[in-house]
Amino acid sequence: MTPPDDTGSGGRPARTPGVRRLAEHRLFWPAAVLAALLLGNVALTHDFFAVRVQNGHLYGSLIDILQFGAPLVLVSLGMTLVIATRGIDLSVGSTVAIAGALACEHIATAKDPGSPPTVLSAVVVAVGVAAAIGLLNGFLVARLGVQPIVATLVLMVAGRGVAQLITDGQIISVSSGAYKMIGGGYWLTLPFAVLLAAALVAVTSLVTRRTALGMLIESVGGNPVASRLVGIRAAGLLVTVYVVSAVCAAVAGLMISSNVSSADGNNAGLWIELDAILAVVIGGTALTGGRFSLGGTVLGALVIQTLSTTIYTLGVPPETTLVFKALVVIVVCLVQSPAFRARLSRRRRPAAPGPAPATGDVAARRQEVHP
Amino acid sequence: MSTALSSLTGPLQRFSARHATRLPLVVTATLLVAMFSIGSLRYEGFFSAQVLLNVLIDNGFLLVVAIGMTFVVLAGGIDLSVGSMVALSTMLTAWLVERNGVPLALAVPLVLLVGAGGGALMGWVIHAFEIQPFIVTLAGMFLARGLCYTISTESIPLTDPTATRIAQTRVLLPGGLFVSPAVVIALTVLALAFVVLHHTRFGRTVYALGGNESSARLMGLPVGRTKIAVYAVSGLCSALGGLLMTFYMLSGYALHAVGMELDAIAAAVIGGTLLTGGSGFVLGTALGVTVLGLIQTVVSFQGTLSSWWTRIVIGGLLFVFILLQRLFGGSRPAE
Repeated sequence: MTPPDDTGSGGRPARTPGVRRLAEHRLFWPAAVLAALLLGNVALTHDFFAVRVQNGHLYGSLIDILQFGAPLVLVSLGMTLVIATRGIDLSVGSTVAIAGALACEHIATAKDPGSPPTVLSAVVVAVGVAAAIGLLNGFLVARLGVQPIVATLVLMVAGRGVAQLITDGQIISVSSGAYKMIGGGYWLTLPFAVLLAAALVAVTSLVTRRTALGMLIESVGGNPVASRLVGIRAAGLLVTVYVVSAVCAAVAGLMISSNVSSADGNNAGLWIELDAILAVVIGGTALTGGRFSLGGTVLGALVIQTLSTTIYTLGVPPETTLVFKALVVIVVCLVQSPAFRARLSRRRRPAAPGPAPATGDVAARRQEVHP
Repeated sequence: MSTALSSLTGPLQRFSARHATRLPLVVTATLLVAMFSIGSLRYEGFFSAQVLLNVLIDNGFLLVVAIGMTFVVLAGGIDLSVGSMVALSTMLTAWLVERNGVPLALAVPLVLLVGAGGGALMGWVIHAFEIQPFIVTLAGMFLARGLCYTISTESIPLTDPTATRIAQTRVLLPGGLFVSPAVVIALTVLALAFVVLHHTRFGRTVYALGGNESSARLMGLPVGRTKIAVYAVSGLCSALGGLLMTFYMLSGYALHAVGMELDAIAAAVIGGTLLTGGSGFVLGTALGVTVLGLIQTVVSFQGTLSSWWTRIVIGGLLFVFILLQRLFGGSRPAE
């Protein structure tokens, strides 16, 4: 679904066509929200946009937002593809915890924790297990026809227990320079996590938009029956998107645990599935499937990260971010809802020619909506 | 449903529909008996009625919350906000009584009203704007948990004398057994829910709505009103569950009941409620809660097992029951 375009722009001749085309672009609203948040931050802290170079690394609030937002961007990336097929993946938070726990456990028990082969094998183990998790989710959804929300709920419940089983309920700390690189290192003056996330976003967008894959995913989400009739093998596609989602979550889990050099089965990636869904929704991908926008998702994830940063800057308790997130979800969903838009425009249209409608009129129209 | 499954389910569908929907219930009951017998054989002091009653004492609030969830799931929806609503209720009660000197007798109805009102509001948004229940209740989950933190980020202990007296009250049963007042309240709610779901017009409408919304609408049933009502019931049950939890914990804390929505959904599923709606039993939910409670009890009796095994076992059970639903649930297509 395209972002809201008919709520305010219609019937204003003062706007040039170029501006209107810009406002109708599907990335306009997420980008506008992000810009507004960033500008609001400048009003609060004047050197917000300042980026300086220290020890050959870039430092600054913007870089921080990118670095801490990278795991969320990755999780949201996988989630976008799942949601495009009319699904949902609630197990990503647990996958984040499991991946971090597996990698840290592997490195902590290895003879040579700092060496690149150890870290590489840890990454392979974590990503491999995540792929298996994705396969299980995909199998339940595609082969058994279980609702996605229920199928992924199983691993959401059990996954955190498994992560604690791996870490034995402890927080495993690792001291491995090579592992630290994934989430906390720098490469070419930029945080490595940002580059990794950007590379994965670029690959996904190339694979989905330069080949037919993206269109096939959208058609499975848009109308499963019609896509079966034209011969699209939905099952394979569904399994693929769940595997991609789990692998993205695993890489995000590696980033998070590597950034703090430890694995916490209880708290790593807690609530990240909800943030990811939120990012996807803000980005203009409708939860009903059939359309997705990777660019929008990246913007959405950055909006959420900026929101968190803003809350910290404001000095209010960081936990109250949840209230803001709730309001954002409600507003975005209302704006996307056809019923809400219809109600808005219906209320506005009769007001233009004649006097304001009587209250009874509004009540009558309400009756139409509640049959 | 895929063809691989249909060959398997073919013979099974010769069962009457009634048998098929009751099968998960039979499995749950068998599981309960098996768990209790194995526990009794393996652990000393396990075989007593008080162990079973303790399960109820420790999970009374979950039972109330799960009953509310059953209403929503039966009507074909889902309510992810229940855990946060429980936390908000504990927080609100403790804050009103301790910080603002509101008498307990006034705070309790106020909290119940907030729960029911919040639930009804979510139901209205879901119905009026045709937004998926999942995302609306997700927003409710964020909002309620965030509101807890705006009240206080710390735990507020409840020291009100009436509240402590209620918390320490024991309802004595014959044979030296006892339960807490919360169990009595939870069982009363269960009985009420059973009567409402199976013997009132509203209850039949809930089943019809979950079975097929358009059919229910074409039959002239009050779809919108019922939908709003089930979310209000769920909100009310969460608020009541929150109150019971406040008396159980004697504190209000924003981190109470994290993940309880999952336990409530799991209890409903294990109790034989179909997640696509339209089929299930509220008494099954009570069995489901007992199974979840027994898992905790067995894990604590074993001693060597860590608490996270509880989550793994619940996840595994959920998996098995979802498979059962697909195999025996008949030809209901997934959404």
